[in-house]
Amino acid sequence: MKNFFATTAIALCFALPAGAEDYQPDPNAKSGGNIVVTYKDDVATLDPAIGYDWQNWSMIKSLFDGLMDYDPGTTDLRPGLAESYTISDDGMVFTFEMRNGVQFHNGREMTAEDVVYSFNRVTNPTTQSPGAGFFWSIKGYDAMASGEADALEGVTVEGPSTVRIELSRPDATFLHVMALNFASVVPREAVEASGDDFGKNPVGTGAFSLAEWTIGQRLVFAKNETYWRNGIPYLDQITFEVGQEPIVALLRLQNGEVDVPGDGIPPAKFQEVMGDPAQAGRVVEGGQLHTGYITLNTQMPPFDNADVRRAVNMAINKDRIIQIINGRAIAATQPLPPTMPGYTEGYEGYAFDPEAAKAMLAKAGFAEGFETELYVMNTDPNPRIAQAIQQDLAGIGITAGIKSLAQASVIAAGGEADQAPMIWSGGMAWIADFPDAANFYGPILGCSGAIQGGWNWSWYCNEALDEKSASADAIVDPARAGERLEMWSEIYMTIMEDAPWVPVFNEQRYTMKSPRMGGKDALYVDPVSIPVNYDYVFVTD
Amino acid sequence: MIGYFLRRLVQSLLILLGVSIITFVLLYWLPADPVRQIAGRSATAQTVENIRQQLGLDQPLWVQYWRYLTGLVQGDLGRSYLQKTEVSTLIASRLPASLLLMAGAIFAELLLGLSMGIVAALRRSTTMDQSLMIVSFIGVSAPQFVVGLLLLYVFAVQLGWFPIGGYGTFSHLVLPSITLGILGSGWYSRMMRSSMIEVLRQDYVRTARAKGLTRLRVIFRHALPNAILPIIAMIGIDIGIFMGGIVVVESVFGWPGIGQLAWQAIQRVDIPIIMGVTLVSAIAIVIGNLLADLISLMVDPRIRTEL
Repeated sequence: MKNFFATTAIALCFALPAGAEDYQPDPNAKSGGNIVVTYKDDVATLDPAIGYDWQNWSMIKSLFDGLMDYDPGTTDLRPGLAESYTISDDGMVFTFEMRNGVQFHNGREMTAEDVVYSFNRVTNPTTQSPGAGFFWSIKGYDAMASGEADALEGVTVEGPSTVRIELSRPDATFLHVMALNFASVVPREAVEASGDDFGKNPVGTGAFSLAEWTIGQRLVFAKNETYWRNGIPYLDQITFEVGQEPIVALLRLQNGEVDVPGDGIPPAKFQEVMGDPAQAGRVVEGGQLHTGYITLNTQMPPFDNADVRRAVNMAINKDRIIQIINGRAIAATQPLPPTMPGYTEGYEGYAFDPEAAKAMLAKAGFAEGFETELYVMNTDPNPRIAQAIQQDLAGIGITAGIKSLAQASVIAAGGEADQAPMIWSGGMAWIADFPDAANFYGPILGCSGAIQGGWNWSWYCNEALDEKSASADAIVDPARAGERLEMWSEIYMTIMEDAPWVPVFNEQRYTMKSPRMGGKDALYVDPVSIPVNYDYVFVTD
Repeated sequence: MIGYFLRRLVQSLLILLGVSIITFVLLYWLPADPVRQIAGRSATAQTVENIRQQLGLDQPLWVQYWRYLTGLVQGDLGRSYLQKTEVSTLIASRLPASLLLMAGAIFAELLLGLSMGIVAALRRSTTMDQSLMIVSFIGVSAPQFVVGLLLLYVFAVQLGWFPIGGYGTFSHLVLPSITLGILGSGWYSRMMRSSMIEVLRQDYVRTARAKGLTRLRVIFRHALPNAILPIIAMIGIDIGIFMGGIVVVESVFGWPGIGQLAWQAIQRVDIPIIMGVTLVSAIAIVIGNLLADLISLMVDPRIRTEL
């Protein structure tokens, strides 16, 4: 226990300053009941190494566990399958003590060997995990990624319930990585028995197990009666119905057939719902770790000129764009969303000022404006937002043609150095994988993402910032966590000075629930178990 | 007869081969990278190359196609890039729902279209005729998404006659079938009307009437079987039209068919699923046409003698 308390302090400093110790379950919570949750898109897979979609993210969290976890409804780390952990003084070695007596859904007891197997599996290139890159800091990752090794050198079993993980570089975000779905512990025999179909036959240690899956129609999760967290989950069963249009899901909710519409309230119904006190009372609003932005390709003239990019930043009327999405967002001033540690309080960003923008454009040698293209994903409301941006740009003399394309085509265009001068990120925008300032940098603003096929669509590469980010993430001493966040704040302020992005808004989430649903509002807009934390919600009837 | 059938079979196989080549080439040239979708946003260039090699997407187009074709001949449609599940499993689990919906839609469009057409032909140049033709015009032009939501709102939410979307019982089938069938019923009512008017002018109808047969008997025994002939051939073509409409209707009603599967696969560039659904749709259309021809052959002795 000594170790546990020592390390809880570290978790506290890295995450948000709130009580990360024992989470107190809701005293009103009742066990039992069956709820219906709907989604528009089908569930592609429930394999924790593969799943990376809106609808399967929290489903996987309910079927599997990792070494680390978060307090429900918060971004505070807490131990999961690991009972405790210690970190070496240099921050290079993490030693996890595993809980005893935890069973997989197939009845076998979980061991330290399973942890090693799971990490080797997710980083093995043949698994084709979209999350493999998160494990970059583990010693031996590079050999694994290149296919030279078939096991991570840094991950070893120290005893029947002890796992030792050695890093190649200090990584202040490592405990968050251990809480990602990709770091879930899976049983080897079940994976090998199912092969590529493990995603349809998941076996984990989670609060629920998969009871039934009719492809394209419904998935039924049943309560794990032997779950290692006492009294959790509350619900006996969850039925997920897929293939339902959000607007139809809402009609069914109003008719009492659905408990939670997983895709939220559709724009067409938003005014109606909010205008009706009975329904508005059941709407839950919450922030999410999301920023919507316009990328300006810093390698393509005239956006290679920082003054042009600053002028564009001043030309965009963010409040009007927010109106297009029913006011369901707040204006963004910087890449990080306000709820993220490292957010720079008090920074105003570039104020909306078309006259100053015009003057700056003239100073940069474009008094007559210029022609350019704005790429956008072709689903509502993104084309409408693009039109608003187009008008704002016209206001300072820039003529922007709109290229409205399928998501995959926009992503492909952004990954070419000379193709997309501007991209509106809507529909593809960055939602944090874990609540840490570093997660908004590497792939989307760092040099490592500014490669062909990368996600740094502004092709912004500032090597000084890359070095600074590396030294910030090398600070693992909890006493210096504040210093680390200060460095990240400076990094994002330099980025705003260079203006490769126009940060536009931070989307708010609006979910609705049926009258019988219980549990804190935060569970329905959980920042980590997106969109709903199924383990802790309950029914009141 | 058997010779004709074999000839048609060979033609059909060639059509399917052509469809597979065209779709494959189009997907190959698509300005979107499936590997990026698999690898995710934090992947390194090396990871992306690894996956590309594993899937054989680094090979030249013809090598990739040959691999696909050899698999296809053995009944192997491959595995989904993102779901990792066998495409044949995914399609097999969803195809029955789509076929059921299609059958329902054909029934709905024939019921609506033929009755409107017959009434309009018999009441030719009256207000009744004109209003029916306006209704059919609206049916042809109305967007299916809107029609579907409207039917859902009125008959399921307000009146509560039918469930609000979903799949399983006969009452689930009614509204999506009508939504999909309304488009076709517009065409059928016009076809039926002109065909019926044409037939009613024929000598044999006059003869039947002269024999003293009742009006209903003349219409149903003599006029209708002849007027309906050109319609049968259209049903085969309908299957192709439905394949497009089914995507929209399935998503409005939460109908678990292959339209939804295709739509999601297109958005994520999941090429094996797109190929699989395209081929299955093409097979459905080819079979539909084949059946239409064979049925015409059986009901119309004139075509039979020409062979």
